[in-house]
This record gives sequence, C-alpha cells and structure tokens, in this order.
Amino acid sequence: MRRVSAAVLAALGAFALTSTASAQAASDKAVPDKVRIGYAISKTGPFTGGASITTLPVYQLWVKEVNAAGGLKIGDRRVPIEVVEYDDRSNSEEAIKAIERLASQDKVDFILPPWSTGLNLAVGPILNRLGYPHLAVTTNTNRAPELAKRWPNASFWLGLPSDISVEMVAVLKTLRDQGKIGPTVAMIAVSDQFGIELSTAARDAFGKAGFKLAYDKSYPAGTQDMQPMLKDAMATSPDVFVSFSYPPDTLAVTDAAKVLSFNPKVFFTGVGTAFPLFKQRFGGNAEGVMGIGGWNAESPRLKDYLERHKAGVGREPDRWANPITFASLQALQQAIERVGVDRAAVVKELQSGTFDTIIGTVKLEGGLLKDVWAVGQWQNGEFYGIAPSKKDGARAAIVPKPSWGP
Amino acid sequence: MLLVDILLSGLILGGMYALTAMGLTLQYGVARILNLAYGEVMVAAAFTAYVLFTGAAVVPLLGLLLVLPLAFAANWAIYRVMLVPLVRRARTRAALETDSILATFGLLFVLQGIGFVIFGGQYYGYAYLSAPVSILGTTVAVNRLVALGFAAVLAVGLYWLLTRTRTGTAIRAVAVNPDAARLVAIDVQTIAGLAFAAGGALCAAGGVLVSMFLTFNAAMGVLFTMKALIVVIMGGVGNLLGALAAGLLLGLIETAVARLVDPGLTLAANYALFLGVLLVRPTGLFGRPAR
Repeated sequence: MRRVSAAVLAALGAFALTSTASAQAASDKAVPDKVRIGYAISKTGPFTGGASITTLPVYQLWVKEVNAAGGLKIGDRRVPIEVVEYDDRSNSEEAIKAIERLASQDKVDFILPPWSTGLNLAVGPILNRLGYPHLAVTTNTNRAPELAKRWPNASFWLGLPSDISVEMVAVLKTLRDQGKIGPTVAMIAVSDQFGIELSTAARDAFGKAGFKLAYDKSYPAGTQDMQPMLKDAMATSPDVFVSFSYPPDTLAVTDAAKVLSFNPKVFFTGVGTAFPLFKQRFGGNAEGVMGIGGWNAESPRLKDYLERHKAGVGREPDRWANPITFASLQALQQAIERVGVDRAAVVKELQSGTFDTIIGTVKLEGGLLKDVWAVGQWQNGEFYGIAPSKKDGARAAIVPKPSWGP
Repeated sequence: MLLVDILLSGLILGGMYALTAMGLTLQYGVARILNLAYGEVMVAAAFTAYVLFTGAAVVPLLGLLLVLPLAFAANWAIYRVMLVPLVRRARTRAALETDSILATFGLLFVLQGIGFVIFGGQYYGYAYLSAPVSILGTTVAVNRLVALGFAAVLAVGLYWLLTRTRTGTAIRAVAVNPDAARLVAIDVQTIAGLAFAAGGALCAAGGVLVSMFLTFNAAMGVLFTMKALIVVIMGGVGNLLGALAAGLLLGLIETAVARLVDPGLTLAANYALFLGVLLVRPTGLFGRPAR
C-alpha cells in the first residue's frame, strides 16, 4: 500500500546542490531534504469512480511535475516530494485511521484530502486537531462557512450548493426574461445530502424567481431505471428539466431522455455532466446539455493543463473539480515555498495569501473560494462555464438545447 | 395506457434483475457455492464487452459468442481448482456454504484488484442500441428490450434443459439431495461443477447485456451481487423460474411505485416486498419447504 515516489533522481540532484550550498543551507534553518506528503484516497469502494477522475490523477500529476522541476523551492533549494499513499476504501473510519497513521507513524509534513463531501467532513476534526492544512476541495455543503470558522485549518473550494442552485436559476431567469423559455420546471434529485441541499436551494430560488415547479421528486441512489420519472416529468411539458444526480444516474437520465425524445428547452444534469465520459458516450447529443461546473476552455493555462493532463494521466480531466483540485495544490505549493514546511504558517498563508493558479488568481475569503463556475454547458464538444456570468470567459447559454439525434 | 406503460417498463426492469440473478441461483442452488465474487464476474464481462465494442467494433450481441464460452471455461476452472478442495473437505452443506463464502470473498478482491489495475477506478459506458421503439404506445429502449428478451430465452431454455434432459435431471437431483444423487450413480462433483460453470456463463451474459445501458466501474460488482442475492432468495434458492418471477415482480413494483406513488419510495417498496414474501414463504416464492 505504501509507496515511495520515484523521487530518487530528483533527490540526488538536490543532494548535489546541497553539498555546494551547504554552508548557506545551514544558515537557512529547517530546510528538510525532502517534503513528505501523504494522502488516503478511495482506490476501492463506491467513491473510486469520483476519486479516480477528480482527485487521484491530479495528485499524481502534481507530484510528478513538481519533482520533475527538482522539487518544491524552499529558501533557495529545491526539495523533492516523497509520497505516502493509502486506500481509504471509501470508508470514513478507514480514512480517519489512515490520517492518524500518516501523522503519527509516517510523520508526513502535509496531508492531502480524500474525495467527496462525506469523507472530507469525516476527516475534518482530526486534521484540525493535528494542525494540518485541510484543502477540502471536493466538499460541497451549505455548512462550509460555519465549518471554516470551526476548523480554521480547512478551506472549501467548490462554492456552496446553494450558490450552484441560485446561479442556475439566475441563468434561467435571464433566459425567461428574454422570452427564450417559459416558466415550467421539472426537477428530480438523488435523495442524499448532495441532492437534498441542491434541490432545496433550487426550490427556494425557483419560487422567488417566479418559476412553476410542475414535477419535483427525489429518487434513492442506485436507481437503475430513470424512465418512469422522466415519463411523468415529460407529461408536465416543462421548459426546463433539472436533475441533481450522480455520475451513473446522470448518464442514465440523459440516455432515457434521448430514448423518450424528451426535449425540454433546457436540460440540466448533475455530477458527471462535466466528465469526458459524457462527451464520449453521447457525442453530438451532448451539445447544449447544461450541468454543474464548467471551465474557461479558451484560457491558455487551462488549455496547457488539458494537454499536460492528457499526456501525464492518459485521459482528459473532468471540467469541474479536477482543475480546482490542481489549483489548490498550486496554492499549497506556493504557500510552502513562501513560508516553509511550518504547518501553522502554511495554514495562515493559505487563508490570507493570493495565489497564481491554472484557474487564475485565487484568494480565499473566510476559508472559502467563492469565485468558481457554478453552471457549464456543452458547446462544440467543450464544457464551457456559463454562470456566474460575471466570471472571466463566461459564455452565453445556447437555448433551446438542440433535439436529441439518433 | 398508464397501466400498459407500467407493465411494460416494469417487466423490462424486472427482466434485467432476473437476468443478473439467474446465474447465482444455479451456483448457489445446485453447486452450493454462495459466490460473493458473482458481481465481479459480471463486471469483468461488462468490461470485456466494452473493450470488444470500443476497441474492435464487435457489437455486444456478437461479443456474447466469445464471452459465454470464455466465462463457462473460466468458471469451470475456478470450480475445479479453487472450490473442489472445499467440497471434498466439507462434512455438511452448511460447512461448504461457510467455506465457499470465505473463499469467494477472497476471489472478489483478486478479481476487483485485477479490474483496478487494468481499468482504474473511473466510470465506463458506451452507447449501443440506445434507440426508442414503440410497443403498444409505450416507448422503450431497444437495448433494455433486448436484455429482457435474452432473460426470457435463457430462463425458458435452461428450464427446458433442466426438466427435459438427462443432465438437467441430474442437476436437479444434486440440488435436491447430493447424497442420494450419489446413490443413483450421478457424479455429483462434475454436475455441481457444470452448474457452477453454467451459472458463471449466465452471469457473464448478464454483464454483457447490462453494459449496453448501465454505467459501470471496477468497484461496482458488490452492488450486482447484493441485488442478485435478493432476487435469488426471494425466488427460492436454485429455482430458475423463481428467479425470473422474483426479478419481474421487483421490477413491476418498483416501476408502479415510481409512477403511482413516489420515486423516492421505490427502494422501500422493493424491500417491503422482499420481507413480505419471506414472511409468507420463508424459502422463497418457488422454494421447497425444507431442504
């Protein structure tokens, strides 16, 4: 399970450097010869699907790139990263145990977070107690502001579910004001914390914006036939269809809508819409589908990231949390390079500093990254961010969505 | 109209449940192996179909021609190499069941591990026959309809084999009483191995067919095993028609509840039905009163 990364060459290089600069390094207190970074990630169990597209490849890519450059630049030395990796088996107890082991036995300098809201909330208290910075990137909960106060070491990077719903409704309201869509909405949501938080916020926002919720149901996770729900949703002839779903459901809902020729003017699906799998599975039929997340595909830095990800990981990243995860690691790297491996100082720097990342300049407010894409849309084979509309590179929504082809 | 819609959609969903459970009922009912790696075999078949379709443009229905014999042979080998020693050692059926649970639990991790090494943890899926077809005014997906058709053909065909052929009779004899079967010169081990291999082939057929419309990854086998176990126990262990009936019933209830009551209650309704059946008939719909 334990793996020491192939940083030997980099370490030798750094060693050669140290010998010449040893006098200087000695004065430069507390510069280690390597930085040990540990994480426990879901390599088996139900969270594997999400972790292996959004989180694990990003960790591996980042470590590879940093070590290829010689390591983290602390003081005027390059210090390579050594990785300790565990499998949390998609289980919160295992995740907590692994983090205790990383801290007490492996004595790692930094710990990277697990994937999913649930696991991040589970390991929050222990990371806080141990004083490790907690980059809770894949955590999407309305309690984030409150948690950021309770755990000053933690930071939340995906915005709030209520932001996603509010931004989505804002896009739809603009479209309605332009006369492009009517007021009827059908909404389904998976009945767990994710689906409930998003649908509750959306219900509220739809009400305020004067939309009519003609169909509003939740379904248990693992439902294998989406047609019954879609048929009832279709019967209300909605202008807008919203599905706060997980990846397998998102694909099943889209597939069923295609089979039923269910063509609302706006078709919005949840997690998984931003996955390359969505494009691969639906091809041209992805065009016009809206979903959570998005990115500015015209940005040169993201274009470069896409190429690096393809080369380093062997496949494309998702267009929501994956680039944000990479940005969080860049922020961590810059914080370490500014203040060294002192964890308390890194925590402080992460909370107050400004960082230059692939998603642009990042500055946390109250432990939260607020400037993130909420709604994206597949346009010409790319998942562009369309809301918040004030964000750099925001595209106009294409409405109505083209009818499903064969 | 709504009734036809519910019946048809329910049968199609139920057909899928039955399809993914029939192999387990053979393995558990006849060979007495509670195969916890069942779902992993199904996922392996789904991956094979995926690779054949995306890599070599072999459509899944043709892929079956390759996957079925392969799965039969592989499961035969698993039975001979891994499970026969357990069968020899076991003094009672209960002991064999316990041992086989432990052994196949290990097999589960081996197969899953191989899956993770080759395919990683991410989701896979492809589009095949994902087109609408209208039956009695109800729109259904062709790929799901094909899966239902296969479930029906396989169930009826196997039922015929079991009740009308000599080997089939031997298989049933072993299912009912392995000790007595030995007395009438039935090679129990070969028959049980045959049933296990046939169960594995059925399971793989299920995997290939559901891969046409479900999204899967290497971690998902457990979910299939769980669902199959419910269907098998509800239908009566070892009874193919029982598995078919239980699967269809679960599909019908799920669809009816989703349309008429609330989609949020489908899972609850499924388990309520499961409990209800077991309360009235503790050995399942078609189960024998005592074994």
